[in-house]
Amino acid sequence: MSLINQNPSHMEIPYAVKPRPDTGLYNAKVGIWLFLASEVMLFGALFCSYILMRVNAPEGTWPHHWLNIWMGMTNTIVLIFSSVTVVLSWASLKMGQFKRYKFYQSITILCALAFLGIKSFEYHDKFIHYQVNLKDGRIFDGHLQSAASTTNQFVFKGRFIDKPEELYNPPLEHAEEPPITIAKSDIKIDPTTKQPMMENYGPWHNTYLAIYFTMTGLHALHVIAGCIVIFAIWGPLAKVWEQDPERYVNRVEVSGLFWHFVDLVWIFLFPVLYLL
Amino acid sequence: MSEPSSSTRTLHVDEHTIEEMRHHMRRYLIVGVALAVGTGLTVWASLINFGSYEINIVVALIIASAKGFLVAGFFMHLISEKKMIYAVLSCTAFFFTGLFFLTLWSMAHENIIQIHLR
Repeated sequence: MSLINQNPSHMEIPYAVKPRPDTGLYNAKVGIWLFLASEVMLFGALFCSYILMRVNAPEGTWPHHWLNIWMGMTNTIVLIFSSVTVVLSWASLKMGQFKRYKFYQSITILCALAFLGIKSFEYHDKFIHYQVNLKDGRIFDGHLQSAASTTNQFVFKGRFIDKPEELYNPPLEHAEEPPITIAKSDIKIDPTTKQPMMENYGPWHNTYLAIYFTMTGLHALHVIAGCIVIFAIWGPLAKVWEQDPERYVNRVEVSGLFWHFVDLVWIFLFPVLYLL
Repeated sequence: MSEPSSSTRTLHVDEHTIEEMRHHMRRYLIVGVALAVGTGLTVWASLINFGSYEINIVVALIIASAKGFLVAGFFMHLISEKKMIYAVLSCTAFFFTGLFFLTLWSMAHENIIQIHLR
């Protein structure tokens, strides 16, 4: 049997479905593993950056408990559950049970959307979280509730900080905070930028948030990409199952390997960013 | 033309494959439960005062590594993969370790400079 059919209209890429005799693997599987190897180096570089910044941070200036542990834990469980449904869907296809495969992968897609929803909520929480330096020397830390442009007043829910170190190590649990109104005229003006010293907890706030948004943002992009690929195979490309089921199973396996890698990265991101 | 056209291809499913896959599915469920338990364990361990913060870091990373092994080993089938994949991953492990050593080396080098500057 020739590797490529002689008729140009029937040319096929060799080993797209059947494994190569020398490696025992079909091309896409070698391809995805090479890609994952490069991904390991990409995330590895970011983890190294994290270590460098963490170790070199002055004593008492690396934040703790800035992220909601329970949300991070929920997202971890969601990703683990999605990894289980991915392997179950692949095993179902290997048994020829297409409907079961569709069912399991629909749960995977829902889990991916749930993960992104929780992550978006966490990001939003950081973008409405402000540190405000007042003219009387006090520091306020809290979440913006509303901003009235006519009266130049801001309503927050939060607390005044006695010592700057308290910003980096807030209590795990605290009582319900009453709304506090702060006038724009009470906010200290930065002598260099001439702007009020009121900044949200975006990636520009400090190195911890910079690496947090970089790592989780890159990870979230991977979740989006994986979700699109799994959805494409599940929906628009499902007809391949009728034409060439083995190729379809291979596609599901390759997309599954990528999804497990995304899960694997989160398993390390969760303790590093949320717990330590 | 000896190769069948794509429209005539079928998936070969026999009793042995079905039995093997059912066995795999049970294993995947057990691994999934172990990963969920591991996640709870990570959070629990992070809230315990082991006396030194470094011990908390080590415990968290050990649990994360065990969970990583379960995902890579069972879900990604690395415990029974072909030699080619192991070769690719060996190269990755080599460069990944090198990257971490460079990081540690640069930090140690920085400390030496600081000591000389004092």
